Amino acid sequence: MILNYSQPLEITNLTGWLDSALRSSMSEFWVLLIEFVLVGALLLTAYAVIALILIYAERKITAFFQARYGPNRVGKWGLLQSVADMIKILLKEIVKINRSDRFLFFAAPFFMIAASMMTFGAIPFGKGLHAVDFNIGVLYVTAVSSLGIIGVLLAGWSSNNKYSMIGAMRSGAQFVSYELSAGFALMTIVVLAGTMQFSTMIEGQRFCWNIFNGHISSVIAFVIYLISGHAETNRGPFDLPEAESELTAGYHTEYSGLQFGFYYLAEYLNMFIIASIATTVFLGGFLPIQVQGWDAFNGIMSFIPTYVWFFGKTAVLIFLSLWVRWSFPRLRIDQLLNLEWKYLLPINLINIVLMVILVLTGLTLKDIFGIM
Amino acid sequence: MENIKKLILNTVASAVIEEKQKLTVTVAWDKLHLLAKTLRDNAALPFDVLVYLIGMDRGEELGVNYLLSSSTDLSKELVLKTGTTDRENPLLYSVTDLFETAHFNEREVYALLGIRFINNPDMRKFFLNADWNGFPLRKDYDANPELNPLSLESVDMIDIAPRVMEVDGKLVEETVNIFGDDDYIINIGPQHPSTHGVMHFRTALDGEIVKKIDVHSGYIHRGIEKLSEALTYPQILHFTDRLDYLSANINRHGLCLCVEKASEIEVPERAQYIRTIMDELNRMDSHLLAWACQTNDLGATTAFIYGMREREIILDIFDKTCGGRLIINQNVIGGVMFDIYPDFQKDVKSFIIYMREKLKEYDRFFSHNVIALGRMIGIGNLSKEDAISYAVTGPAGRASGWSNDLRKHTPYALYDKVDFKEVIRTEGDSYARYMNRLDEIEESLHIIEQLIDNIPEGDICAKVKPIIRIPEGEYYQGIEAAKGIFGVFIESRGDKFPYRLKFRSPSMALVSVMPLICKNEKVSDFIGIGGSMDYVIPDIDR
Repeated sequence: MILNYSQPLEITNLTGWLDSALRSSMSEFWVLLIEFVLVGALLLTAYAVIALILIYAERKITAFFQARYGPNRVGKWGLLQSVADMIKILLKEIVKINRSDRFLFFAAPFFMIAASMMTFGAIPFGKGLHAVDFNIGVLYVTAVSSLGIIGVLLAGWSSNNKYSMIGAMRSGAQFVSYELSAGFALMTIVVLAGTMQFSTMIEGQRFCWNIFNGHISSVIAFVIYLISGHAETNRGPFDLPEAESELTAGYHTEYSGLQFGFYYLAEYLNMFIIASIATTVFLGGFLPIQVQGWDAFNGIMSFIPTYVWFFGKTAVLIFLSLWVRWSFPRLRIDQLLNLEWKYLLPINLINIVLMVILVLTGLTLKDIFGIM
Repeated sequence: MENIKKLILNTVASAVIEEKQKLTVTVAWDKLHLLAKTLRDNAALPFDVLVYLIGMDRGEELGVNYLLSSSTDLSKELVLKTGTTDRENPLLYSVTDLFETAHFNEREVYALLGIRFINNPDMRKFFLNADWNGFPLRKDYDANPELNPLSLESVDMIDIAPRVMEVDGKLVEETVNIFGDDDYIINIGPQHPSTHGVMHFRTALDGEIVKKIDVHSGYIHRGIEKLSEALTYPQILHFTDRLDYLSANINRHGLCLCVEKASEIEVPERAQYIRTIMDELNRMDSHLLAWACQTNDLGATTAFIYGMREREIILDIFDKTCGGRLIINQNVIGGVMFDIYPDFQKDVKSFIIYMREKLKEYDRFFSHNVIALGRMIGIGNLSKEDAISYAVTGPAGRASGWSNDLRKHTPYALYDKVDFKEVIRTEGDSYARYMNRLDEIEESLHIIEQLIDNIPEGDICAKVKPIIRIPEGEYYQGIEAAKGIFGVFIESRGDKFPYRLKFRSPSMALVSVMPLICKNEKVSDFIGIGGSMDYVIPDIDR
């Protein structure tokens, strides 16, 4: 229904054409194989490209926060800086550490990158840009993204470095705690939306985003999700695992070259993943802003391609995250855990009950105003 | 002071009292501890601050000078002297149990002069390795590099301290382990982003909690005091900048004052004005950097850059005045080297307006941030008694409620002519130290405001002979540097070189108190407290 209007910029046109072209010339098996490989390659490329863009954006935005210029030498406005950095990191020597657990040491970065890669695949970027659409999408994302902590703990353990170890232990405590809050915040919305599948969830938000639909309860869940998501990505003010003023670089102190690059990439991608899940679950995903009954307005809005909406919403949330990161000092480990266990978790539990009551008593905005 | 003399003679009848630049009392080595204790516990005027402890090679004997002062009135000073003629195994009594600050100082004296102190709980060499051959500050020291070859071998740290204790009237040589067998020890430093230089804290941790800290210093010890013994006074000036490089100009002012006082050089009034203004600019420069680094230690990178941004303007003013930015070579004996430039007043006045605005921004941005408050309030508590015992001066000491601003107690330059408040807080925590610095910036602005329009015309430097000979005697001048009391001690034998020169470094006291106030705090807070103390390592490793 939503895409009834003419949308020349939408990516579905291209993918549809490609699919039919392939199908006309070969058997079902080969079509699927080629498409799988294509999707996989595209996701990997997107992963790297998004990370590069994020790194550039963060450096530039931070620079403006801090009254600096940021990168401005490589390319126009320093646009090629992160490309240059990437090439540098690819060429760097991978240093082997004496008396470290060699196997675990090399395996650790892969856990990290695989976890964020697997989450990345389940994100709906736009209409027709959704690689895996599980019926338990929310659960899958929560489960898979928490695999990353294994990489962190292994790195800390296998480096044979006390700084890394402390960083990894902090990270473990932090991840386990905030995973809980993030999960509960998402569950609150699952209660509201009645589904765990991302595509259905997005479709349900066409005229009323979840953050408005559940009003009080949704807003609380949204704020908690942003906080705990921020904490999960190990970014300031929750960057204790790699608190550079205390632990030099925390769990990845001993890593160099591409292995460090994996951690670096995963950190940025996790920021993106958290923002995009928040977009999908709370802010209507890739859907344009639509108002029930305003058909002309809706037509114009949906003329803008869905992936632009998705990246636009995500960018706003990422900016928010950068803003927080570069404004606040770092929390201490006990303060961090206090915040989670004494405040966020109890609020969260009450919030779920509140949401259940809202849904059961028909007090959501959709019920009150009869929005579809 | 007559009462004090009586008290001294009553305590130790054999004490020799002389009226020199300061009241000087010479006592036998076994009577010193008793006398120091009596003076410290004197209720009417307690001499409870050990300002400096200087090891001396007096030719025949090896000795130590102690400058005692009163925490209630720092203008009251008294020098104690003692010594021993045993050059093979010199032993003196430690005063560490009376003044905690003596601990590191006595270890320094042991490293540089070989005097061991009985009852000092940890008699390892400070600054130098345990296997260093010879004692550099002795006059018969052999500086031949073959005696102490440069080793590229990695050497394990040994956490065993020798000491000499007096048990039942007998001297016992023993060793003590610094850490327990099961302690989880991490090395914070010497290469660490938050030790503010090459400082090495061996830290025993219990999870995230600091159990014990062992301070290792000397990674950049340059032997400035030894080098100075072969240089003329104008040459030594350059070393002062390389101590606490952040308050380079103030340090230099200290040495100039000491030499000027000793050789009775009259400094022109215009130079006094320029010196005072430059000192205050330098103080703000140092406090801004301290503020910035402290916020950075707490993880707020943006605040760090803001501090740097404001500091840049001060550096530009320095740059325009004399071409230097960090180390400005402005003070010389007899006055200043460069006159102010025509737009100086205008630049400084616009900076004052700008800085006041920025102080408000700091307040809004950081000083009341809930995370920042949680990281600073009640953290790293230093009581007034400990501050005095460890001789912690400067903004850190004043945050513990101890009035120790030498600009008030023994005014020099123009500080008796200007009106300013001594910023004192009584909480003694990181936040008090933090706020003290910001408030002192405000006071510095206020001082400059009063001086900037009244700079008189005239010479900027008195006529001084190129080679300055200081008459025989001992001279000491303390000034209020950005981090506390910076002192210069010169013993002259009428030569163009000093016989012994010693810098009293404020940072050494700040570091010596770290093991005390960081105990049972979290690792993160250890870093935060370090930031709030604001020590500079080259100042310690002289």
